[in-house]
Amino acid sequence: MLNIRNLHARIDGKNILKGINLEIKAGEVHAIMGPNGSGKSTLASVLAGRKEYEVTEGSVDFLGKDLLDLSPEARAGEGLFLAFQYPIEIPGLSTTNFIKTAVNEVRKYRGENALDAVGFLRLMKEKMAIMNIDQSLLSRSLNEGFSGGEKKRNEIFQMAMLQPRFAILDETDSGLDIDAIRIVANGVNKLRNKDNAVLVVTHYQRLLDYIVPDFVHVLYNGRIVKSGTKELALELEERGYDFIRSENHIGEEVK
Amino acid sequence: MNTKEYFKEQFEQSNVQDRNNLLDVVRRQAFDTFSKLGIPGAKHEEWKYTRISGLFNKEYSFGVNLTQDPLTQADIDAIRLPGHESANELIFINGRFSAQLSIVRSSQLIVLPLEEAARGEYRQLVEKHLGHSSKYQKDGINALNTAFVQAGIFICVEKGQVPDHPVFIYNVADAKAVNVLSQPRTLVCIGEAAQVQIVETFSTLGSQESFTNQVMEIIVEKDAFVEYYKIQNDKANAHQVSTTHIRQIGKSHTHAVTISLNGGMVRNNLNVVLEAAHCEAHLYGLYFQQGSGHIDNHTVVDNVEPNCLSFELYKGIMDDASTGVFNGKIFVQPQAQKTNAYQSNKNVLLSREASVNTKPQLEIFADDVKCSHGCTVGQLDEEGLFYLRSRGIPEKRAWSLLLQGFTMDILEKIKSPAIRTYVDGLIAERLEFRSHGQQEID
Ligand SMILES: Nc1ncnc2c1ncn2[C@@H]1O[C@H](COP(=O)(O)OP(=O)(O)O)[C@@H](O)[C@H]1O
Ligand SMILES: [Mg+2]
Repeated sequence: MLNIRNLHARIDGKNILKGINLEIKAGEVHAIMGPNGSGKSTLASVLAGRKEYEVTEGSVDFLGKDLLDLSPEARAGEGLFLAFQYPIEIPGLSTTNFIKTAVNEVRKYRGENALDAVGFLRLMKEKMAIMNIDQSLLSRSLNEGFSGGEKKRNEIFQMAMLQPRFAILDETDSGLDIDAIRIVANGVNKLRNKDNAVLVVTHYQRLLDYIVPDFVHVLYNGRIVKSGTKELALELEERGYDFIRSENHIGEEVK
Repeated sequence: MNTKEYFKEQFEQSNVQDRNNLLDVVRRQAFDTFSKLGIPGAKHEEWKYTRISGLFNKEYSFGVNLTQDPLTQADIDAIRLPGHESANELIFINGRFSAQLSIVRSSQLIVLPLEEAARGEYRQLVEKHLGHSSKYQKDGINALNTAFVQAGIFICVEKGQVPDHPVFIYNVADAKAVNVLSQPRTLVCIGEAAQVQIVETFSTLGSQESFTNQVMEIIVEKDAFVEYYKIQNDKANAHQVSTTHIRQIGKSHTHAVTISLNGGMVRNNLNVVLEAAHCEAHLYGLYFQQGSGHIDNHTVVDNVEPNCLSFELYKGIMDDASTGVFNGKIFVQPQAQKTNAYQSNKNVLLSREASVNTKPQLEIFADDVKCSHGCTVGQLDEEGLFYLRSRGIPEKRAWSLLLQGFTMDILEKIKSPAIRTYVDGLIAERLEFRSHGQQEID
């Protein structure tokens, strides 16, 4: 589904991603862990098409298309979704109006008819129940004045509404209490099927108790320095990132 | 012809001689002022960025009823704002009130020719308040309006009255055949505990030049509430100086919204004079200009008495090569302790040719006050744009949504749903059109 080869990216002349290789197949859940500043959000942003990041080398294939060649909106149309680490506040734009526009634009991209008011409402009600989201939140300006938890739930709600093929969750768990984490995980698990894939970026192992990954990768200083199964996440939790650091010659290892 | 000489000739023809006629006296005084000051040029501190003097190089017809074929009800139907079918409609044509086309439906509303009010039972009110705006608009253009007051109106809502319908004022300029100068004049008195909603709009017919120099003075008494909306969506050949001068002479409340979407050179003066303790004034403005349009909002909030609250927010979107000016003055007089005055002006530039000149001006002579002001001029937030696009919303559509969002906190200050929907529709239409055209900013 997604094949990242030797991806290098920089911002403001600073190299952040230094050769990422990662293949994600349909039906899989991957987790990326790593210390602050290692480039996790950068990877997510590059995949979603943020133009401030310059890709200097490498390629990304998504469902047979050259992902890096597509506009952010086309990537969404193709089925990519990024749950932002820091969702943006948009004053004056109601959350409902935003989501309705997004849903119908994505449908249009896929050559489907726009949902009518009734169809949209039905879909929304269904997903609101899953995400435990209140109507009053959706009539407010997008993310404006939302609590941290509300913003994160709203991200996953959008994901549920857009039904992407491939979703990236950038630290969706940070700042959430355990109940909220369960709700978020439940939303993600509802999306999972043999045709979809998820990339979970997280600091903590606890989210992975609920969204069980098939593979865990450690991103360090712009490179994936270690990959393993879900046991790796437990090991990281126990020993911290220092044990990664102490494994010598990280740089050379992944060349 | 030299502008001053031209107006002198016009003034002499209009035969303003009667020393016992209040309006004649006021007019003559104003004409003397105009003779001294002339049309303000770029050297005038308040007119640095809005150069109307050039517009007076052309000849305008004015003062007489120019309309070859008088306007009909059908003409009015064509410019009527949607909704409020039973609104009171006051219609000015080329600056002169047309009793024939106007309709007063609310029994709680008194509308009289200004001449009549100045002679009859309202004489004292007229004497006291007509021309008060000149204390703030110290320029020849204000004096010019007063010097030629003709067929102006006096609106009164007596003590305790609340008209059952809003007052819509249509300022129509008939520029089908010749350039036209219109100088509408209105004095409004809102009595104790009275309430009124005023909606004003401007429409130019035809493609000759139209210059409207309008003055409205509003007196608000104790416990009264005035809602005032100015909606400017005229054509590029329509220029105007539009002064709205509000005196809150008792503890009262003003809610004013100025929407400027189109026009040639447009200058608005909005003055709110808080002459009683515990007054409240809310001033909102939204301008969205395109082409080579020019919009200038000069506002004054003068805190004369203590404990008043004023809140001001003006927002602008400047497209193409349009230019904008915002000048917001807040005065706090020595006795106006415990004043709360807030002001903010936010602008978004959509093109490299567009510009805004924004200037807050606070003059505070009391020590126990809370005042704040701020202004921003910038582009739309790239982060927001990316966020929307990442959800599948195409770039241009995303721009439109962000811009519409930007206007929202002003639009929601329009209390009439019909007017709000109308203005929102005009903005949406423009954004829709824009999102199909060329994008200036990549
Ligand atoms: N806009 C930016 N300008 C300059 N440096 C940036 C910018 N965004 C991120 N960085 C840098 O890139 C590195 C990786 O950041 P990020 O991808 O956010 O890490 P993570 O998500 O793993 O914590 C950090 O050193 C950060 O300071
Ligand atoms: Mg991050």
